[in-house]
Amino acid sequence: MSRRYDSRTTIFSPEGRLYQVEYAMEAIGNAGSAIGILSKDGVVLVGEKKVTSKLLQTSTATEKMYKIDDHVACAVAGIMSDANILINTARVQAQRYTYAYQEPMPVEQLVQSLSDTKQGYTQFGGLRPFGVSFLFAGWDKNFGFQLYMSDPSGNYGGWKAAAIGANYQAAQSMLKQDYKDDITREEAIQLALKVLSKTMDSTSLTSEKLELAEVFLLPSGEVKYQVCSPESLSKLLVKSGVTQPAAEAS
Amino acid sequence: MECVFGLVGNGFAIVAADTSAVHSILVHKSNEDKIMVLDSHKLVAASGESGDRVQFTEYIQKNVALYQFRNGIPLTTAAAANFTRGELATALRKNPYFVNILLAGYDKETGPSLYYIDYIATLHKVDKGAFGYGSYFCLSLMDRHYHSGMTVDEAIALVDKCIMEIRSRLVVAPPNFVIKIVDKDGAREYAWRESVKDTAVPAA
Repeated sequence: MSRRYDSRTTIFSPEGRLYQVEYAMEAIGNAGSAIGILSKDGVVLVGEKKVTSKLLQTSTATEKMYKIDDHVACAVAGIMSDANILINTARVQAQRYTYAYQEPMPVEQLVQSLSDTKQGYTQFGGLRPFGVSFLFAGWDKNFGFQLYMSDPSGNYGGWKAAAIGANYQAAQSMLKQDYKDDITREEAIQLALKVLSKTMDSTSLTSEKLELAEVFLLPSGEVKYQVCSPESLSKLLVKSGVTQPAAEAS
Repeated sequence: MECVFGLVGNGFAIVAADTSAVHSILVHKSNEDKIMVLDSHKLVAASGESGDRVQFTEYIQKNVALYQFRNGIPLTTAAAANFTRGELATALRKNPYFVNILLAGYDKETGPSLYYIDYIATLHKVDKGAFGYGSYFCLSLMDRHYHSGMTVDEAIALVDKCIMEIRSRLVVAPPNFVIKIVDKDGAREYAWRESVKDTAVPAA
């Protein structure tokens, strides 16, 4: 390990690595996981909540899922305060596009724009990279439903199913096995909950430890972003076989 | 004295512009093409200050091309129109462009459309529009004869009526016009209407 090359983002190591970027990804590997699955009729995002306390005041605030624009939402994994900055940046970028073109910003362009911002912090300014990975879920008229994953390096990719945060490799390989191209939104929810329950540390899953959101089209053609209520989430957990109705550890 | 006008027909949009380049009392040339092909399926007919006209329309054209290179998809006509209006609006209170534009385009999902954009950044989506002194005649004629879903022949007949009216009733009427059309097959030149041709230069 070349320790002398890891304190500045703006230099490569002799092996051609950017250590600060890699360390940022380490930080995310310790954060609550999130899974996204693309289906024919929508995109499903599921996140593991790390902060579960009865004292926490949760009205409509979410910990993992955020709406960027009417047609795009994201799940985050990593340092929450960094995430807030980037989410705001993404929101401004989306509105700036709509201000100029009077149309919603295509999802990939939004992801690309945010990734370009992240990349800047790996090349100049002397500031550390953002310790956040995102799963973006959205719909636009060019490519329909889309799922993108972006990481601190500023790389991004379009995915059919993806996982970020703790145990993401295990989740990713499980998704690879069970995902099928013509999956419906309902099946995707089941799959996401199953995979997340297997990769999460906790022995019993309750709706308090999870967040579930969907991006889909209403019959009117409008894009809807909906966060699942705790009651519906509990029912879904039972339905997917993750929790027994009498709350026994599974 | 510049005239630009256009209308939307059945699956197409047509724009016509005079082709005189005038400076004070001198006509520099009478075959100046003021209708730019913005991209494969968009036309920009512009009138106004000649330096601004070329500068601004080329700026828009290159930005539209850049968007397509960056994002792999073209801008819709509506997006291009709003972008153009935004640029005029931003420059308005500093360094305005004196350019009036009729932006005609064809989109696969929404068909043909025409946008009226004036030099103080007004934007209207219209079925027919016109700029210049000629607009007094064109708009009246189009109000009388336009109906939605016109065929190309009907639309050209109306365009020719407008050109005839401008030639006969406007005091310093531009003699020559260019007509361009945009439909599902793209944007292209349709015809010229010349009543004054430059004399041929004899070979040396």
